[in-house]
Amino acid sequence: MLLRYIFFRALMLIPVSISISVVIFMIVHLLPGDPIDNLIRVGSSPDDRAALITKYGLDQPLITQYFRWIGAMFQGDFGEAIVLRRPVADLIAQNLPYSLTLGGLAFAFSSIVGIALGTISATTRSTIVEQFVRGFILLGSTVPGFWLALLMILFFSVQLQWFPVSGAKGWNSLVLPVLTIGFGGVALVARVTRVALMDVRREDFVTLLHAKGLPSRTILTRHLMPHAMLPVVTILALRIGWILGGAVTVEFVFGRPGLGSLLIRALGQRDYPVVQGCLLMLALAVMLGTLIGDVAQAAMDPRIREVKK
Amino acid sequence: MLEVRDLEVAFGPVAPLSGVSFSLAKGETLGIVGESGSGKSLTAMSVMGLLPLSGGRITAGSIVFDGQELTTLAEPAYRKLRGARLGLITQNPMTSLDPLQKIGPQVDDVAVLHLGMTGSEARARTIDILGTLRIPEPQLICDRYPHQMSGGMKQRIVIAMALAADPDVLVADEPTTALDVTVQAQIIRLLDDLVKERDLALVLITHDMSVVAQTCDKVVVMYAGRAIEHGPVEAIFDAPQHPYTQALIGCIPKGLSDDEHLTGIPGTVPTVLNYPTGCPFHPRCLRAEDVCSTDRPAFVQHGQSAAACHFAGAAP
Amino acid sequence: MTSMTGTAARAMAGFGGTAVGRAFGSWLGKIAGGFLVLLILTAIFAPWITPFDYAAQDLMNGNAPPGWPHLLGTDQFGRDVLSRVIYGARTSLSVSATAIAISITVGMTLGAAAGYFGGFFERAVMTVVDLTWSFPDILIALIFVAIIGPGLTSTTFAIAIAYLAQFTRLTRAQIVRLKRETFIEATINLGAKPRHILLKHLLPNAIAPVIVVGMLAIGDGIVLEATLGFFGLGAQPPTPSWGAMMSSGTAQLFLSPWVIIFPGVVVAVTVIAVNLFGDELIRALDIRDRIRGA
Repeated sequence: MLLRYIFFRALMLIPVSISISVVIFMIVHLLPGDPIDNLIRVGSSPDDRAALITKYGLDQPLITQYFRWIGAMFQGDFGEAIVLRRPVADLIAQNLPYSLTLGGLAFAFSSIVGIALGTISATTRSTIVEQFVRGFILLGSTVPGFWLALLMILFFSVQLQWFPVSGAKGWNSLVLPVLTIGFGGVALVARVTRVALMDVRREDFVTLLHAKGLPSRTILTRHLMPHAMLPVVTILALRIGWILGGAVTVEFVFGRPGLGSLLIRALGQRDYPVVQGCLLMLALAVMLGTLIGDVAQAAMDPRIREVKK
Repeated sequence: MLEVRDLEVAFGPVAPLSGVSFSLAKGETLGIVGESGSGKSLTAMSVMGLLPLSGGRITAGSIVFDGQELTTLAEPAYRKLRGARLGLITQNPMTSLDPLQKIGPQVDDVAVLHLGMTGSEARARTIDILGTLRIPEPQLICDRYPHQMSGGMKQRIVIAMALAADPDVLVADEPTTALDVTVQAQIIRLLDDLVKERDLALVLITHDMSVVAQTCDKVVVMYAGRAIEHGPVEAIFDAPQHPYTQALIGCIPKGLSDDEHLTGIPGTVPTVLNYPTGCPFHPRCLRAEDVCSTDRPAFVQHGQSAAACHFAGAAP
Repeated sequence: MTSMTGTAARAMAGFGGTAVGRAFGSWLGKIAGGFLVLLILTAIFAPWITPFDYAAQDLMNGNAPPGWPHLLGTDQFGRDVLSRVIYGARTSLSVSATAIAISITVGMTLGAAAGYFGGFFERAVMTVVDLTWSFPDILIALIFVAIIGPGLTSTTFAIAIAYLAQFTRLTRAQIVRLKRETFIEATINLGAKPRHILLKHLLPNAIAPVIVVGMLAIGDGIVLEATLGFFGLGAQPPTPSWGAMMSSGTAQLFLSPWVIIFPGVVVAVTVIAVNLFGDELIRALDIRDRIRGA
């Protein structure tokens, strides 16, 4: 049943991927000027221009161009970076591990701490703890990430000198970036967990669980938490893409390599093949995230498995 | 078995329920009737000790179950009674089972918790109970999820859950309101049979006077958070004293004759925030006089029943 | 479009007075709302309040720490940080508010049309909208600015596009929900024209949640404006905006941290106030479930 669901859910990604890739493909054509000028270094020889025009089929109709472009992508050919003069695929391969490490750690940090905080705030009888967590959630979801990063650098790196100001050498260069991305993530996950828990608690079946004589703790762990996790899993899965892409500011401030900072740099230098490559990767991550989220939901909720038959 | 005296419930400063009394022996069915908002469900929750879930508390009166005072009972001890000796059936079977879990484990829980059974013993018992509730193919049902079943089936599962540990008292809060009419009759008959077979004490909360007439031994009529008349079913139906009870009985269709006119009750049920002074029913009462709006009527015994009306016992 | 704004205005007038009053009822609402009113007044009367000219350079007095006469210190060019923060409120608030206004107008139109007409149109609109919705707002804004170039105008449109999905989804959800309600079905069955049903019945009933979410989004917009400004893609010098101030401040992060700290504090406090007041409004209007449903 679940396998069936995964299969059909994955099929639904096909039209989505096509539309995303069309949008990314069109960027170069929407920009003012001749698309070839956005794809090649200024001052390239006419021969190079001609070669690139033939390669991408820029003299052909848009639809042919698209299929050539996407076909090349499937073979791992993401084009040539204009400024960095290297294959875009190499640049991505070089930067991706940094993003994955940072993203993975931040993801783990925000899920664990966020779910814990959300649960505490929804179940505690102490109003002080509840107010504290609510205050934290408010701060975490409103303070701009880059500003928090700067403050952390000022305090922990400059004042206390515990961590390096920037760079990506050693584990301790990861602490502040993970905390910065995690801060917002924790707040989001905690808020969703909290709201979800409070919502389920009002459901009729919970009254009946109490009427069965089950201890509150059992009701929380066996019945309330699985329900509360449904929206949390969705948010977390969506967050996979957000963390990779949303890390742009943090990677930028801490001077770390990664997909985000590669993208920002490429945008600044108008290096469009790199921009397209990065966006495709991020889009892939976002789609994988939603897929994982939906599948996890279906694994947890028998109602979803059936409806989507 | 169960005796409730002058029960009063408060949510913060408002008291949506006060002055409710009744008693119930094994093998008896007590009906609590009234329109929605009259405090019927609150009475059920008070007996189950589940008021704190919705933020309410008992502020006066007593609930004695099998010689044990429940209003002062500590939560861990109360928990041992719930499910074991006090069973609850709720209104909407569509939402009263955990949708993420299979039916079997949800019923097994009770026997594991209260009878100290192992998982497989409890499952055997579950299958047995489902069978006695006339559920076809109980083994298969155990592996189903709630959303795969009809409302009537789910309500039977809820009843199975309430019965799993052989309780003494069953509280059924409008058990048929959310069901199809044909299924309603089945469930009511099922409950009626269970009372006789298992010598249960059943508190049946309903807004349907005809259900009361069919199944109950005693009845408490509630209006605006108060009991206004109580007594044996025959006495109440033969000679209702309170104008509200008379009106409720007048709402029951009796047959298919063309010239029958059903009477409704003019006006609406007051909410907790605007309970009238004096007799709560006086704004809608056809017999109301000045005294009704100023003095709260006390219960007047009339034969076997008692009614809280200034004119109880007087010929209408 | 004018009649739509008219509808919005009528609906606002209807719920606005009492709900805003009730939102001011709690002490949190009073503090948050009071701060926002004060901030808006400050932005409006900036020229009369600022102690110094926001653009006046005083190189001899660069990077001066907070004190007298520069209460919040000066930046590397000796410009008064307090005056720039006050003028920055003008830029940040107006950019974010304009962007969200555009976003709401377009989003409501798209969402209402999708929800009302359904079918292929709805599927097409919602596919695109869900696509942008699953991307981080900063990425969408960055891509847009990358295509049409930096500046305040493109920042405004970038913010508008980044939050478009939210309003489209919310409006569509409201319309779809309302369409199932009896009074709307009755109106449709009576043969009313789609335009009449949409403008007179559906939108007025759908508008309250959209307005409140819009208010909350102004907070997000301020953060997004600050972030774009921080990357140097927003307000261009010498126009002061909170983000742009922090951007030029990074070079002097260790020398004069106040140039970054104060605008950041103002952004944070403003966004917190917007959220708190928005929460009070949601409570006053009792629309929490309708907002979450989208």
